[in-house]
Amino acid sequence: MDIFIQQLVNGVVLGSIYALVALGYTLVYGILGLINFAHGELVMVGALVALSVVRTLSPLLPGLPGWVLALLGTAVAAGVCALLAILIERVAYRPLRHAPRLAPLITAIGVSIALQNLAMVIWGRQYHSVPPLLPAASHQFAGAAITEVQILIVALAALLMAGLIGLVHRTRLGRAMRACAENIQVAELMGVNVNAIVVAAFVIGAVLAAVAGVMVSANYGLAHYHMGFLLGLKAFTAAVLGGIGNVGGAMLGGLLLGIMESLGAGYLEDLSGGFLGSHYQDVLAFFVLILVLVSRPSGLLGERVGQRA
Amino acid sequence: MKRRWTLWIAYALLAAALAALPFLVEQNLGRTWVRTLDFALLYIMLALGLNIVVGYAGLLDLGYIAFYAVGAYAYALLASPHFGIHGPFWALLPLGAMLAALFGALLGAPTLRLRGDYLAIVTLGFGEIVRIFLNNLNAPVNITNGPQGVNLVDPIRLGNWSWGRSQSWLGVEFSSAQLYYYVFLALALLIILASLRLENSRIGRAWEAIREDEVAAAAMGINTRNIKLLAFAMGASFGGVSGGLFASFQGFVSPESFGLMESITVLCMVVLGGMGHIPGVILGALLLTLMPEVLRHTIVPLQKTLFGQVVVDAEAARMLLFGLALIWAMQWRPAGLWPSPTRRRELARRQQPEAGP
Repeated sequence: MDIFIQQLVNGVVLGSIYALVALGYTLVYGILGLINFAHGELVMVGALVALSVVRTLSPLLPGLPGWVLALLGTAVAAGVCALLAILIERVAYRPLRHAPRLAPLITAIGVSIALQNLAMVIWGRQYHSVPPLLPAASHQFAGAAITEVQILIVALAALLMAGLIGLVHRTRLGRAMRACAENIQVAELMGVNVNAIVVAAFVIGAVLAAVAGVMVSANYGLAHYHMGFLLGLKAFTAAVLGGIGNVGGAMLGGLLLGIMESLGAGYLEDLSGGFLGSHYQDVLAFFVLILVLVSRPSGLLGERVGQRA
Repeated sequence: MKRRWTLWIAYALLAAALAALPFLVEQNLGRTWVRTLDFALLYIMLALGLNIVVGYAGLLDLGYIAFYAVGAYAYALLASPHFGIHGPFWALLPLGAMLAALFGALLGAPTLRLRGDYLAIVTLGFGEIVRIFLNNLNAPVNITNGPQGVNLVDPIRLGNWSWGRSQSWLGVEFSSAQLYYYVFLALALLIILASLRLENSRIGRAWEAIREDEVAAAAMGINTRNIKLLAFAMGASFGGVSGGLFASFQGFVSPESFGLMESITVLCMVVLGGMGHIPGVILGALLLTLMPEVLRHTIVPLQKTLFGQVVVDAEAARMLLFGLALIWAMQWRPAGLWPSPTRRRELARRQQPEAGP
């Protein structure tokens, strides 16, 4: 039972991170119908930029408490990612908005490859260890150990998601975003500045990705130029699982995927009599995804669209 | 009658050029480039297989490399010291193709109801599942030998001839890579021919109808389920053939060769070249195989002449340029570098963008 709770806690932590990244996919997809394949790389850029900020600042201002450093790093990372997202949208996606459906997918892949290798040129191939800026104290919770960093991750993720729901449902910007998701051409006719809304969706996604990147590197204590790819893939899977284009679905999908993965890592070996080890956790995640999509072809919370898109 | 003659002469010249190519390349550029040429042919076969699924039937498949893996492992396991079985290549190749087709249908069956990007993520998941199983099926029973992969896979053999070493025939010395070139060329031509024939067949028109509008296609009496499954199976079988060839050529297979990036590369070949258009897809495959190699050989000398030293890691610079080239190429020609004439007409006519999601 203790293991169960421990894996559940780990799953919720991982799931909150997936959910934050998944939101970035789902926001852009909801409006443009475009898989922003480069989104995972923003997570990586966020983590590495924050790390560089912390590394340059900590010798300059030795008296600064750890949380201020972490906050500064995250803020700069969010800014850099937002600028990068604007640049990517302008250069790679906007010219192709009316192109055949798969053309922007290829540019997205191009952006992803370019960003990854640019990061490799800047930060090198090695794994960077992230300094522990926050107290690493761990608490006992119903028989499971949970660190303060993990509590912070879950709390911050919950806060950000609540804020995003408020933004989407309560503000003028949110209403415009929903209108664009409904029908971008009609929204434009109604006087919505579609380009501004698209940029806003990219920027919000990028900020969330940067925060998620800092969280991942703080949680595992590592950052690497290649960290964004798999994470982005998982987050995209989560977004699809929940129903892509649906904000609540991305959160639900992220949490579910995280929990599934960590329970899979903990229990798969016992359940299969030692035949399937914990290496198969990804298989489990994808298998559940396939099962869900077979019974609900547009995800858990996705709207039932007709045969014709 | 006169046009007929010129056509035949053109074919003869092309055949002579293709036959002489590996010798010209080996003499002028060296043996590694013959290997690159072999890989280009392999990728042409793969891209044409994916073209059936993505280009003809319009089903976005991000896990295509799984079928390549199935073909490669089917051959590697049945023709290597790993199990001590040494099956004949010419029997195993069709077997691998059939096995891959079976996997294709297996993937197709549960995904029939999915559309667009949901299909993409499921196929992606399928590809990853296959790779993870290949990576981990070394315990408790060692089937795939895990991450180490299968070594010493048999080369192609025919009688006393082995493609694994140089042979001389009629006084001409053929290197192993050159021998493989001819086999790959023959099979690539076969696959091109099959694609051409499929394109203008009843099945090919049914695929096109499904791609354009599935509901209308079903209303016209097309059995969309069977036709979609056929697209998956047919595309997969091409992948299986190339996989078997890859295993025998490389002499070694490991799960590393069958990652997601590889699926994405093949998809890039199809889309960049021009979906559904055979010459375009061939062009895309050639470009994306040769360009990284050309960059590999030019980046370091270029940096040395420009800056006097290697400033940027060559591998990173190469992939960076590759990524930027993808972005630029798609902006320059959104329908692909060499799109099919019908598709180009459609794009020109439909100036108005399609409705949003």
